[in-house]
Amino acid sequence: MRQLCKGNIAIVKAAVLAGCRAYYGYPITPASEIAEYASLLLPEVGGTFLQAESEVSAINMVYGAASAGVRVMSASSGPGLSLMQEGISYIAGAELPCVIVDVVRGGPGLGNIAPEQSDYFCIVKGGGHGCYRNIVLAPASVQEMFDLTVLAFELADRYRNPVMIMTDGNVGQMMEPLTIEMRDIKAPEKPWAVTGTAESRKNLITSIYLEPDVLEAHIHKLEAKYQLAQELETRCENYLTDDADVLLVGFGIVSRVLRTSVDQLRAQGLKAGLLRPITLWPFPARELRETAQHVKTVMVVELNTGMMVEDVRLSLNGTVPVEFYGRAGGNVPMAEEITAQVFARMSTVV
Amino acid sequence: MNDYEVIHEKSPTFYGHFERKGELQQQTHYCPGCGHGVAHKLIAESLAELGLQDRAILVSPVGCSVFAYYYFDVGNVQVAHGRAPAAATALKRAHPDSIVMSYQGDGDLAAIGTAEIVHAANRGENICVFFINNAVYGMTGGQMAPTSLMGQVSTTSPFGRSASNEGLPLHVCELLASLATPTYIERVALNDMKNIMKAKKAVKKALQTQKDGGGFSLVELLSPCPTIMKMDPIVARKWVGETLVKAFPLGVYRDHKPDLPPNPKVPHKTVAEALEVEVGVTDVPPTRRHHTRDLTVKIAGFGGQGILLMGQLLAEMGLREHMEVSWLPSYGPEMRSGSAHCHVTLGHERIGTPLISQPEVLVAMNELSLHKFAPSVASGGLILYNHTQLPEGFSAPQARVVCVPASEIADKLGSAKVANVVMLAALLEETECLPSETAMAVLEATVKNPKFLELDRQALKAGCDYVDTQVEVGAVSQPDGYSY
Repeated sequence: MRQLCKGNIAIVKAAVLAGCRAYYGYPITPASEIAEYASLLLPEVGGTFLQAESEVSAINMVYGAASAGVRVMSASSGPGLSLMQEGISYIAGAELPCVIVDVVRGGPGLGNIAPEQSDYFCIVKGGGHGCYRNIVLAPASVQEMFDLTVLAFELADRYRNPVMIMTDGNVGQMMEPLTIEMRDIKAPEKPWAVTGTAESRKNLITSIYLEPDVLEAHIHKLEAKYQLAQELETRCENYLTDDADVLLVGFGIVSRVLRTSVDQLRAQGLKAGLLRPITLWPFPARELRETAQHVKTVMVVELNTGMMVEDVRLSLNGTVPVEFYGRAGGNVPMAEEITAQVFARMSTVV
Repeated sequence: MNDYEVIHEKSPTFYGHFERKGELQQQTHYCPGCGHGVAHKLIAESLAELGLQDRAILVSPVGCSVFAYYYFDVGNVQVAHGRAPAAATALKRAHPDSIVMSYQGDGDLAAIGTAEIVHAANRGENICVFFINNAVYGMTGGQMAPTSLMGQVSTTSPFGRSASNEGLPLHVCELLASLATPTYIERVALNDMKNIMKAKKAVKKALQTQKDGGGFSLVELLSPCPTIMKMDPIVARKWVGETLVKAFPLGVYRDHKPDLPPNPKVPHKTVAEALEVEVGVTDVPPTRRHHTRDLTVKIAGFGGQGILLMGQLLAEMGLREHMEVSWLPSYGPEMRSGSAHCHVTLGHERIGTPLISQPEVLVAMNELSLHKFAPSVASGGLILYNHTQLPEGFSAPQARVVCVPASEIADKLGSAKVANVVMLAALLEETECLPSETAMAVLEATVKNPKFLELDRQALKAGCDYVDTQVEVGAVSQPDGYSY
């Protein structure tokens, strides 16, 4: 049954369906709605919601709950995510599963509360210390806010790693039809968890390995896991790319604008297509290379001054010219603006 | 000999040998005379005596006791500097039957982790905190602690701790005892056998409190650190007993279960109920589809005019008619300055951008919105303006403009609040994008109060009637000559 649902709310509903029974967070615009709705739903289904004294505490509560073997999440926005980075590094180091949502706002500093995608480096490249990776999902619709949140919990447990959902105020505030397929989702057994029982007494959750060789072996173990995730978990969506001369690349709300832009460009005679990364890490490099094989130029659009474009350029390694168009400060370009930008830049190339 | 018993073996709560590097599998990594070994022993013995070993979870900090898990044969979680009470909170809440202990030094608990300990105590978390106060940073090599004494020389207070520069020693027991929620707070010292026996009693009492579901306990253990203080173990213990206890008076700071107001009731729901999913109901495409039409709409006006709600009603209607819909509100500081707008897209294909740059329909509920957004309306589009006539000099030659005094009509119906429903009806009548019976069905599902629902019904009818009858006589001329 379809219901009209807000993006931020869809995340909480998905978490409940996925068996998440612990939420630790701290309010921040534009992510507070997630905390508010979690404070309503989680206690109703027998879970725990706690508004922590800070994001620093919240992420360490997530660490504790994940150590205890329960499915746990938090959500915040830019400044809150900056505060959580130490904790996320510990969570990755201790191989704990959790889901963290970043409803990205304008930065740096206090910035503003309007949508940006300027946390790309901090979320995708791992803003905390040490050799670790976050799996990062970038939903572009309310249905995806739901579906990717369920997936996030599954991936978190499969890889014993933090999974981030990187979204923005537009997708978070948007209402769209949502279809929920009721099903019984069981988290996998977690024999490694510390649960205060005789069976789990020998278990230890830690990220400290004093001996260089031992720590190096641990890092290699993490790295092997990340290689596997790159192999198996990369996701993206193509729209009209088969015959495209111009390939647009963007994620989240931008990909929605780009989709309309592709239609506008085609209506005006330019064969445009769209590749939309769904996983920002692992980045769909192979898919991008394959898609870009026959295109004449690539244009990346982001709500920042050029972050994902670095991954696009690395993936394509100079084989195709890569243009960039970015808006920041909370400005989201309209489709017509992108279409005009494409024509302005491509007339010489295509 | 009645006051104590001599124990000849290692507590069963300790591992038989320790998984640590080198040959020292029988010894701890703590320095000779260090208080940690004694504190560990008191905790291990108390856990064994209370039969809590299997249920115990030790949260170890950053500091010399970072490796507490080498020794304790219990569930172990090692955490970031200062955050043990936060992690312990979540562990305990995940497993209420477990016995969760946070073991922290003075830097960990009283400096970097001040917020975590104060708030865990204030929530009355049913955990035990063992706070080792040796007045100095041990592991990092002798820097000043928040509990260092006045004038104390350390590697970061080479001239001695000064009140004007670093403030006075922080008294954790006294601080936490100012809160109403903790159950048990005591400061003990590990300087001589008599005090160690008292410390044992305190540790055991804290664990017993948690076992009984009694709430938050903290035991502060004044502890010798001979290596960093450059004292031999005997002198270090003496210093604790003679100097440290003077700055940090021993004793019980709290020993009663707090009298707390009862918890509010939380309704219990199934997952399907929480998710607002009607089990067994599937979407069946209607046998007869109503006429629907793709449309992009921008609705704008003052906050409080039901702008966002009107958009939601429209989106909800599209959803009922099996259309693709999106609703996007303006959000941000603009909302606070009193104006609001939203974008609604109704379609039969997957919707691209939910941001509408050139709406086919603009609903302007006030003059400000009319001036602001009219130029963006698509060529051949429609503007619905909440007034009997257009402001002087206004022109939007690319669009058809219809004045519907929705607020006035709503006032006559008895509530200005239904102006948005009047306008919704006008929109439906003008565009024929969705049938008006769907609007009523959506309102019936949304509005629970029968009085308001009746008002909405009248508002729908009034808006519809106005467009059908009044608009023609109250025709609005455009500069391009358009008129009804």
